[in-house]
Amino acid sequence: MALLALPTLLPLAACLAALGAPWSEHWGHLFGVVLPGVAGNTALLMLLVVLQAGLLGSGWAWLTARYDFPGRGLLHAALLLPLALPGYVLGFVAIHLLDYAGPVQSAWREAGGGPQPLWQIRSLYGAALILGLTLYPYVYLMAYNAYRSIGRNTLDMAATLGQTAVFRRIALPLAAPWIAGGLLLVAMEVLADFGTVALFNVQTFTTAIYKSWFGLFALDAALQLASVLVLLALALMAVQRAVQRRGRMVQRGPGLPRRRLRGGAALAASGGAAGFVLLVVGLPLGLLLRWSLAHLSVELDPRYLEWLGRSLLLAGSAAALLTASALLAAYLERRQPGRRTLQLGARAATLGYALPGTLLAVGLYAPLAALENALADWVAPGWVTQSLVLLLLGYWARFMAVAHTPISQQLARVTPSIDEAARTLGVRGWRLLHRVHRPLISGALASAAALLVIDVIKEMPITLMLRPSGFDTLATRIFELTAEGEYERAALPALTIVLAGLVPVALLLRSGHGREDRAEPTPVPLAGRPGTEALHAA
Amino acid sequence: MPALRPGLLLPSGLLLLAALLLAACGDRDTAGEEQAAATPPTVVVYSARNEQLIGPMLQRYTELTGTPTELVTASAGPLLERLKAEGENTPADLLVTVDAGNLWQAAEAGLLQPLNSQALNAAIPEYLRDPQGRWYGLSVRARTLVHHTQRAPAASLSGYAALAEPAWAGRLCLRTSRKVYNQSLVAMLIAERGEGPTESIVRGWVENLAAPPFPNDTAVMEAIQAGLCDVGIVNSYYFGRLQRDAQDATLALHWPSEAVGGVHVNVSGAGVVKHADQAVAARNLLEWLASPQAQRKFAGDNLEYPANPAVEAVPQVAAWGAYTPNLINVSEAGRLQADAVKLMDRAGYR
Repeated sequence: MALLALPTLLPLAACLAALGAPWSEHWGHLFGVVLPGVAGNTALLMLLVVLQAGLLGSGWAWLTARYDFPGRGLLHAALLLPLALPGYVLGFVAIHLLDYAGPVQSAWREAGGGPQPLWQIRSLYGAALILGLTLYPYVYLMAYNAYRSIGRNTLDMAATLGQTAVFRRIALPLAAPWIAGGLLLVAMEVLADFGTVALFNVQTFTTAIYKSWFGLFALDAALQLASVLVLLALALMAVQRAVQRRGRMVQRGPGLPRRRLRGGAALAASGGAAGFVLLVVGLPLGLLLRWSLAHLSVELDPRYLEWLGRSLLLAGSAAALLTASALLAAYLERRQPGRRTLQLGARAATLGYALPGTLLAVGLYAPLAALENALADWVAPGWVTQSLVLLLLGYWARFMAVAHTPISQQLARVTPSIDEAARTLGVRGWRLLHRVHRPLISGALASAAALLVIDVIKEMPITLMLRPSGFDTLATRIFELTAEGEYERAALPALTIVLAGLVPVALLLRSGHGREDRAEPTPVPLAGRPGTEALHAA
Repeated sequence: MPALRPGLLLPSGLLLLAALLLAACGDRDTAGEEQAAATPPTVVVYSARNEQLIGPMLQRYTELTGTPTELVTASAGPLLERLKAEGENTPADLLVTVDAGNLWQAAEAGLLQPLNSQALNAAIPEYLRDPQGRWYGLSVRARTLVHHTQRAPAASLSGYAALAEPAWAGRLCLRTSRKVYNQSLVAMLIAERGEGPTESIVRGWVENLAAPPFPNDTAVMEAIQAGLCDVGIVNSYYFGRLQRDAQDATLALHWPSEAVGGVHVNVSGAGVVKHADQAVAARNLLEWLASPQAQRKFAGDNLEYPANPAVEAVPQVAAWGAYTPNLINVSEAGRLQADAVKLMDRAGYR
């Protein structure tokens, strides 16, 4: 388990070591001038994004998990698509369209609306809107899985209370631990985000870290600031665990029939979801396509195939590696539930998700390069620093939470009595994990792998810093173009990233969710954990 | 017994595949090294200047001299940390980066070696290079005023400090203070006028802002064109790009006169890495980049001014007219950058 956390522990150790180091000469300035505003902004931003992602994610999931309406399957897939849009891309499109010089406000002025700005999109609220729109699918995915697997018995009993009450008093509390898991990912992503907040010029902990490092040339102060992020992430995890403890086990019942919507209700459901997706995904993709075509002659390059191949190679290997490791870790935690070291290891391993990628990259690179230097007489130069292993370690440090959170939560839902039953049949050890657990949590495994593929394809700072020299990918291409402000030329690599991200979304739908929709034969009747009997008594 | 489920095989298979691919990549690397032994040694360039700007220059150099080059691009901060971490074993020979502040920082951290190159000293004016010869400016970008020719006629403008006057209330647009170009500009103002006067100038700017600071220079100019504000401060090459993309723009650059301190310039530049294996080859490459045959393309590709005064700017750039640069050594931008950042924080310039 220490192994699981090792790639994260190296940069974490750098943060903690910086805490022990003498306080930077810049701390007076940071404390007095920078931090008060930064703390408030970060808190408000996180609150707004978490609220928005929670509402959008759990709301849309309730609609697609519980009701049937024309185009539901397609819309379910479409509602996951914003995940493939990097926040900085959607943010750039939103600013382009909605800022003072953009087409909307220009049209308003031409129509005689007066020179006053209609709104200020480049603000904390604008950033919160964009982050919420790109991050809600984390919640959607988990809430959907949870809603779909609420036992029919539970809901039959609850249906007597009326549909609203079913959602509020039964489904939501039952799904709360999983929604909280999704929200934890969202909140950590907000803490670590730099691209989007930089675009909207919101001052958060991340921008303060970057400014200390690149503006004040004080990496030590940057690391000290980052350790505050680590503490915040720990606090978030504590909140999420509290919610999870309060939550109850969900019975995995027979395939749940959806209620069919008719007439106006069906139209509203289909139209609402379709309109939402068109606005959030269709419109930006259309603009990216237009810009791509406009710059195709300069930007199209045979190297694109190479870049795409490398992006997919990295994403695929990272997804496989991290999913397998997280499954292993979750299984070990399950076998030895009381072991503190296991829990601590898992927690440390997921902390990287709240840290800015650049910092993780440096935190990993510095000690490994030092190791390589120390061994310089015995090994070939660049055996770590010039290999893809380093890059995979970077992704490991950054994204383990994405794999571990859904997998461990889904595994926790498999009641221990299943293990007991299996053991009495002589199934134990690896075969237990493989033959009993894995099929039961295939949805979570598929979700984790798909999320990882998308996250890794989008990832920029770690890829830039830790790749072998000349190993360009789609994300590094975007960096090259946007570094000097060639945003519209970057539309082609951005569009390619989004399209590449659609593949795992499609696979995710086929593997994970297709299975649940089939009418499963009733599995082994499950006894609940203490505290769940009341719900299952009916 | 049923056959093994494919589910667990899939992840383990992918793991195996990943391992194989990694091994294959490793093989390819060593193959590359063996090949390299036959040709002249490769010069490894770490660059924070864009791949599409520096890449073609290196290609041309290889064609001319047969010296192979290898390029690593990243942003300046991580690149410097990488150099520090690699120490004596760094593969890098030449560091190319934008902004004098970054070059100063690299030199200050002991990452670059002093060169006593007659060719470089002759090619690059004194104020555009490190006094100790550890780095040399290669292209010049002026950070100057851009204005709407009707709403803010040239006659109404007189330099950076005047933009703090009440006449410009609600008429000024600026890029975010996070960008190093603005940090360098304010650092140069501190070098020129001292911290107190500079702080009142920056406070005046903030009071005059028509909108929160923009994420890039292009957005500043679009806002002026749209009528949100009348004047801004941008790097000259962004204006060049705007001219190329939006011919109907009614914007122009304004050059502050010598009487108000002249135009603030910044550089992209390069230095030979202290622990370079190929220090001589890297120095030759740097001398070539500063030479007349390379300078026009190096600067022109990005619509910048050549640092070598013997070389003319490309026609589009030359058409903006002559200006008098402020002759304070650009390395002051690095020395005073932290002070500039703190000053802007205090003044509420976000």
